Amino acid sequence: MSSIDYTQELSVVEGRPPLRSIDDIISKPLDTKPDKKFYIALAITLTMLTIGGLGLAASFYWGTGLWGNNNPVGWGFPIVNFVFWIGIGHAGTLISAILFLFRQKWRTGIARFAEGMTIFAVITAMIFPIIHTGRPWLAAVYLLPYPNQHSLWVNFTSPLLWDVFAVSTYFTVSFVFWYIGLIPDLATLRDRTTSKIKKIIYSITSLGWRHSNRHWQNYELTYLILAGFATPLVLSVHTIVSFDFAVAILPGWHTTIFPPYFVAGAVFSGFAMVQNVLIFIRKIFNYEHIITKDTLEKMNKVILLTGMMVGYAYSMEFFIAWYSGVQPEVFAFMNRAFGDYAWAYWIMFTCNVFIPQLFWFKKIRRSIPIMFVIAVFVNVVMWFERFVITVTSLSRDYLPSSWAYFKPTLTDASLLTGSFGLFFTLVLLFTKSLPVISIAEVKAVVDGSQPTHEDH
Amino acid sequence: MSEKIYSYTALFDTPNDIIHAAKVVSEKGYTKFDVNTPYPVHGMDGAMKLPTSKLGFVTLFAGLGGAALALLTMGWMMGIDYPIVIGGKPYFPLPAFIPITFEITVLLATLVTVASLLFFFFKLPNNKHPLHDTNYMKNVSSDKYGISIEAKDPKFNIEEIKSLFESLHASVIEPVYYDEEELNFKPKIADPKFLGFLAAVAIFVSLSVYLHMNKVLYMVPFSWMDEQEKTIAQESSDFFDNGSGMLTPVEGTVARGFIPYAFKNKPEKAGKLLVNPLLPTKENLELGKNKFNIYCSPCHGYLAEGDSRLKGSFPNPPSLHSQKVRNWSDGRIYHVIVEGQNVMPSYSYQLSIEERWAVINYIRVLQRSLNAKETDL
Ligand code: HEC
Repeated sequence: MSSIDYTQELSVVEGRPPLRSIDDIISKPLDTKPDKKFYIALAITLTMLTIGGLGLAASFYWGTGLWGNNNPVGWGFPIVNFVFWIGIGHAGTLISAILFLFRQKWRTGIARFAEGMTIFAVITAMIFPIIHTGRPWLAAVYLLPYPNQHSLWVNFTSPLLWDVFAVSTYFTVSFVFWYIGLIPDLATLRDRTTSKIKKIIYSITSLGWRHSNRHWQNYELTYLILAGFATPLVLSVHTIVSFDFAVAILPGWHTTIFPPYFVAGAVFSGFAMVQNVLIFIRKIFNYEHIITKDTLEKMNKVILLTGMMVGYAYSMEFFIAWYSGVQPEVFAFMNRAFGDYAWAYWIMFTCNVFIPQLFWFKKIRRSIPIMFVIAVFVNVVMWFERFVITVTSLSRDYLPSSWAYFKPTLTDASLLTGSFGLFFTLVLLFTKSLPVISIAEVKAVVDGSQPTHEDH
Repeated sequence: MSEKIYSYTALFDTPNDIIHAAKVVSEKGYTKFDVNTPYPVHGMDGAMKLPTSKLGFVTLFAGLGGAALALLTMGWMMGIDYPIVIGGKPYFPLPAFIPITFEITVLLATLVTVASLLFFFFKLPNNKHPLHDTNYMKNVSSDKYGISIEAKDPKFNIEEIKSLFESLHASVIEPVYYDEEELNFKPKIADPKFLGFLAAVAIFVSLSVYLHMNKVLYMVPFSWMDEQEKTIAQESSDFFDNGSGMLTPVEGTVARGFIPYAFKNKPEKAGKLLVNPLLPTKENLELGKNKFNIYCSPCHGYLAEGDSRLKGSFPNPPSLHSQKVRNWSDGRIYHVIVEGQNVMPSYSYQLSIEERWAVINYIRVLQRSLNAKETDL
């Protein structure tokens, strides 16, 4: 151990590859025809997407009565899925913005991909509240403040409306951030492609970027500003999502711990998802020396940390329910742990709090198959967490005469399947159409790419 | 060569070389030069002696503007234009406005910063720049570091620059020319192809909006809210014995507040016998004004001058300031409210008995305002 020199930063990219080979390897998936594996993967995700599409068509034709939503559990699957997918998106912004502000260079290899996943996750998430309005083709009419014949405006004091603004701002800002990062890479692709059509596409999308240092100066500042904005933004988005619950007076929801608890949970599940997908990507496209094991290990550490934050929140909720002495609160939590949904609660508790503890062991943190399985657990179970929060509280509200058990239907299941189908289809298409690793950023962190300023 | 020279360029292999080159070039007093590198090289801004970026100010003002815009818009919509009390909060509930204010601040600051960065600071999109499609550009966008001194620079001198670059050990030194074709290129707005494209877009957009708003939204299943399985008043229904969906009052009873009118078709008698039970107190007049503005003013106008707001879709009523109506007793006007008059429908369902009298008191006030008594003066 004593041999490690802590004054020297570890290499982010292994083996000091020449810069041109970075172009080659990152643009390889774009220049080659997709192979069989790609088509098989696409076939699977498209099938899932079709299942979701059928479920959606049925819900439009016959109505939302096909879902398991009942009275009092009016939120059911759509809101569970919404919170889940928004949470997945948060890891991307955390990696690209927050780690950027903390100058964590290891993020460069995975930032672009994580940002892409943010965008796809938010697209997937946005579908659910919109279809949950029942008549999504009129959703804009309910959600946006526009001058109308009734001279009515939307209710700006409602958390549900805050959500509309938060999620749409989040999507726009993530997209802009992502695109700004892509411009130099698109210019590099433009200058190396031999196909005429691609050249036109890259010329248009790169806007005629010239890698000029007079531009880099402002560009880097903008990147910093955007990261500075994206950081509070991502915290605000899940905070506001948690307000949907916390501002309501339902026992089990009406707690001040929700905002930080939701944000930690979002990062937790998001990192697990990014880690899962990256394991495939680095293997398939031979990016092992750019998305290194060190990077994956660091991600696992974040999963461990946020997992413990979530575990703390679970316990603190219980403690406060008891400590407050409010009877309905005590009941809500006893009901969570020992009521009709105890099975879901205990799945959530064990898998979220205990299983990630395995990451204390360095061997496990660095073993690809084990970390993959753990992250899959985290993902599945974080979905259950949202289920537990949404459904247990609603099904046992203040009025015992309206209590009911929520049972999802086949349509619910098909919509959930479809959401995964949509997300992974977009991810797959992304890997074949844009550089999934930031070329310019990786070049900037390769050993020897920055001047040593010897001549000073 | 007949072509016009744009700049003289040199390529270097290492970041140390390019930093050194940039330093030397800027120290020699060149101003119109640029360094092109595949990624931002640390310390280059200092070496090129670039002033600090002003972009931060744009962001600051855009953000402040976004915050002000959000707060003012929400405050106006919820507090002034259509004030509603929600959850007992004040009309300007600042804490509840904070989330959206924050989001709009971030949104506007981001969009304005990026737009001004790309379009104002960088003057992009610009695919016509002379450096594009040169050997120089192909190299700096991959793994070389280039410096380019423009012909516009006051100190531009090919021989001097060439020897300078050589002394800096550049690996490639070459001039870049303007492309004659591009120099002389002028976009034609009146190009028939372009106009045709515009027309096609316009037709497509208007047609699809029309179809969507007027046809699609009225098709199955979007129209299913119109057909509901509920009983409408005039429909038949198996639910009640008499087969009617609507129930009539039990015979011999009178609903609360609906005492039968004793002067049906007897306006003169009503005018003589009915007496206004309400005094013109402030409360009564407020009530009368409120009800008059709601129920009578659409046709009679706010000042009862017969200036209808219905724009001809209903016959204009006469002014209520006429000698005739001023001479009518309160009971005679009451009769018009209860029974209507010719095309004017009855308002007995909309107005309670007390409200009718209050409206009449208010009409009297309006009449007095145009035809004041001498004692009022
Ligand atoms: C739908 C439009 C409409 C509304 C609403 C309406 N009126 Fe009228 N009113 C008329 C018309 C039209 C006449 C003229 C009828 C006629 O041809 O005799 C009239 C006539 C009258 C007259 C008789 C005037 C005259 O010179 O003969 C009185 C009094 C009157 N309205 C009072 C009222 C009051 C009080 C209300 C509110 C409760 C009211 N009206 C609401 C349309 C309206």
